[in-house]
Amino acid sequence: MKEHKLLTKRFGEIDPFSIEDFVNVGGYETLKKAMKMTSEEIIYEVEASRITGRGGANFPTYMKMRAMSKETGDMYLVCNADEGEPGNFKDKHLMEKDPHQLIEGMLISAYAVGANRGYIYIRGEYQSAVYLLEHAINEARKHGYLGQDICGKDFHFDLEVRQGAGAYVCGEEFALLESIEGKPGRTRVKPPFPTEAGLFMKPTLINNVETFSTLPHIIEMSGEEYGKLGSSFASGTKLISLSGNVKHKGLYEVEYGTTIRQVIEELGGGVSNGQKINMVQLGGACGPIIPEHLLDMDIDNERFEIFNSKMGAGAIIVIDDRFDLFEILLRTMTFFAHESCGKCAPCREGHIQIVKLLQKFYDTKVTYKDYESLVSLANVIHETALCGLGQTSTTSILATVEFFQYYYQQRIRQSERREWAL
Amino acid sequence: MMNAMINNVSVEVEDGLTILEAARKYNINIPTLCHYPELHINSDCRICSVEIDGRKGLKTACSTPIKDGMNIITNSPRVLNARKTITELILANHDANCTACTRNLNCELQSLAKNLGIDINRFPSVLERKPLDLLNPSLVRNSNRCIKCGRCVDVCKNVQAMHVLETMHRGHEMTVGPAFDEPLNDQTCTFCGQCANVCPVGAIMEKDNTDVVWEKLHDPSVYVMVQIAPAVRVAIGETLDHENGLISNGKLVSALRHLGFDHIYDTNFTADLTIMEEGTELIDRIMNGGVLPMMTSCCPGWINFAEQRHPNIIDHISSCKSPQQMFGTLAKTYYADKSNIDSRDIYVVSVMPCTAKKYEATRKEFRSFYDIPDVDIVLTTRELSKMFRQMGVDFDLIKEEPFDNPFGITTGAAQLFGASGGVMEAALRTVYEIVNKKPLVDINFESVRGLQGIKEATVDLGGKEIKVAVSNGLANTKTLVEQIEAGTSPYTFIEIMACPGGCIGGGGQPYGTTNDVREARLASTYFIDEEMVCRKSHENEMILALYEDYLDEPNSEQAHHLLHTYYEARK
Repeated sequence: MKEHKLLTKRFGEIDPFSIEDFVNVGGYETLKKAMKMTSEEIIYEVEASRITGRGGANFPTYMKMRAMSKETGDMYLVCNADEGEPGNFKDKHLMEKDPHQLIEGMLISAYAVGANRGYIYIRGEYQSAVYLLEHAINEARKHGYLGQDICGKDFHFDLEVRQGAGAYVCGEEFALLESIEGKPGRTRVKPPFPTEAGLFMKPTLINNVETFSTLPHIIEMSGEEYGKLGSSFASGTKLISLSGNVKHKGLYEVEYGTTIRQVIEELGGGVSNGQKINMVQLGGACGPIIPEHLLDMDIDNERFEIFNSKMGAGAIIVIDDRFDLFEILLRTMTFFAHESCGKCAPCREGHIQIVKLLQKFYDTKVTYKDYESLVSLANVIHETALCGLGQTSTTSILATVEFFQYYYQQRIRQSERREWAL
Repeated sequence: MMNAMINNVSVEVEDGLTILEAARKYNINIPTLCHYPELHINSDCRICSVEIDGRKGLKTACSTPIKDGMNIITNSPRVLNARKTITELILANHDANCTACTRNLNCELQSLAKNLGIDINRFPSVLERKPLDLLNPSLVRNSNRCIKCGRCVDVCKNVQAMHVLETMHRGHEMTVGPAFDEPLNDQTCTFCGQCANVCPVGAIMEKDNTDVVWEKLHDPSVYVMVQIAPAVRVAIGETLDHENGLISNGKLVSALRHLGFDHIYDTNFTADLTIMEEGTELIDRIMNGGVLPMMTSCCPGWINFAEQRHPNIIDHISSCKSPQQMFGTLAKTYYADKSNIDSRDIYVVSVMPCTAKKYEATRKEFRSFYDIPDVDIVLTTRELSKMFRQMGVDFDLIKEEPFDNPFGITTGAAQLFGASGGVMEAALRTVYEIVNKKPLVDINFESVRGLQGIKEATVDLGGKEIKVAVSNGLANTKTLVEQIEAGTSPYTFIEIMACPGGCIGGGGQPYGTTNDVREARLASTYFIDEEMVCRKSHENEMILALYEDYLDEPNSEQAHHLLHTYYEARK
């Protein structure tokens, strides 16, 4: 089992501060190649590659690009680098170790859809990424890769870095756009979708850092070749942020089709201190928590549908048997209660109630009625919330109710015994 | 056209409708909470969630466009459970002491909870009590009742373009209010009260003055007189279980007499007087090179807006007091003189469709004598209706009575003051005939009627064509004011009403003022005008007698002293 290094192949090989280093290893050559192609040719390559959005929602990238390329007038490109999902750090690495790869990907997209202004929205905590990207943008501008008449052609595009102020919800595309506009980070009602009316109500192509960073490779090796990587469900490679109790925590790039166990045991070196894997949380705080016996599942997106959720942005958090499920859930849901933007009722009022119910579990003062309320509430928030935050926040509860039902039963029985003892 | 299924009923509707609109066409009722006609779709409450075959999760009917072949279920246990749960969650962060709330039995959240059959709330209250904002004379904000539906923010931001109310903070700590949660009177709030009118619960309301009025009614040492604004009589019926736009002058007078008012007068009388003063002022400005365009001054929300945000254009505003204040002044001067009563013993109550009028009555400019206000207290249409209910007035059984004299003889023109474009129309009827010295052929100025935001007309005055404009809603007003500031205004005379539709859509009118309701109130307003014998202010014999007797002539020194005022920049 080895990594398949594509996006990460230049990591450590080049100085991220140096555009010369990047150009010397063939950087910006793919942009020149792309600029000899037509818009439709590029989008065709992206379609052939079968790439889907790497930010977690897995929407086919070519569909957004095609919708955008039909629009006329002002339009924007936005890179979502608000990596706020606990357990994820792939975008940080991509921006800090190969910033020009991202800029090149954005340039190719801008050329394909006809946008001439772009924003990279970076979470405020990533100050080093902000510094690096601003430096890289200036360098690229000096070398004629950004600005007017790029590569001597009639193509104008410029980029600007915008910083988030610490709100998790600003990773949601509409909240992010509102934040760039200078408004509070609260989502909008869909439709219209960003490709119809996004930033400043103009058509906007918004993609994750990893998605943009993959585009140069797709153009370089052709969409068909890229599509051969991975599995029949999902093509290409995926960056995995591996953390929790494993020996070698860190970022790994693997092909789709790799199993979760392979990532944890072969790349991560398994659990340290001779502990046993008890639970694994996938995707981040908004992802499902699964038991050890399901680890032989691929990291493929579609197979995660069984949890009514997705792989998300690619985090794997290993939890050994020392930890209390309800402490984990309580912390997670306190996080979401704090990060809910407050716009829609189920998310705003629901999370605070979920926290209250989980506190009862944590304190071993819970009844079966509380359990029923918890499950019902988690389902309602999941089904009715306006944006991705509320729709996915309770996944950990819904998954553990399915896979760790005995913990819930046990805690209710313990509470009853405690009651009698008193 | 497209075909879809809702609850196994096949529906055929035109393209571009939402599921909610399509369902309502087929009389399938999907409950809503934050949704309000004419406002933006926020989709915040998620109450209208429905199931769509093949789609994950539940979708909100208010925001989801209906598509060909959709199979929609609006009443499955899954949907009902979601609605119930969300309502319970909202109630758990709401001051649900219903019997102590003015909106009891008239509350959208309460009726939703009742319809959904919520008897016990599974969730404990997480309400963190906050103090009330009681510092201004017009509106009371009670955040403890706020359910964050976003209607008031939308109406303040997008209909009125005032941007006073906003959402703040996040998660369950989110609140709605002015910047930094400061009191409303520290803001550039015009007190138009549109927020109060659209609030589904009792989170923003007019300041209740009914108790003071009850006190005064039973104080034998004061003469309590009441004036009724033109827009009240076409709206109050709605609150007493009658159809929209019921014309109820006669019943109002007699119900007010039951309450114990000594005299029941009509603000329409001073509306006629306003036309005489304002019309004369306009003619004077046109003839003698005064500041043009001249703008009307009847609307206190508009005056607040101009003084706070555009003080550089206050020279354009007519110096006439509003009809309410002209009435107050006359009551405490002319009436007191004629009846030999000390004006300190006269208590003037006015019933207005407006929350800003409450503020207007407290202005220091409107204290003619002994530093007592000309108008002592203002009730909104809703508060008067509350008093009727407190006393148990049966609007069906009550007999009709005419207004008292001398301030009860009025014209059709005065009644138009309730409608957007009405002051303009009434003024044109008079100004045209005075300047051109010939009767108008058609006294109905259709082009300034209706609910459009900005209306225009051209009138021939002494052989010169002048352009006039009418604006309703403060967002439209902003457009006209900015034209004046830029020096590009093509108009000579502009009527401004702060509320959409004019006073009939005022912030103090019965809840649920939608455009359909506005249309009904407008129709009644124009009906009253047409039924009047006298339809021009300058033909009102009582007005002419008043000038003869007391005021000399329009814009005379005496009239200026009593009926005109001034404006100044305010924060």
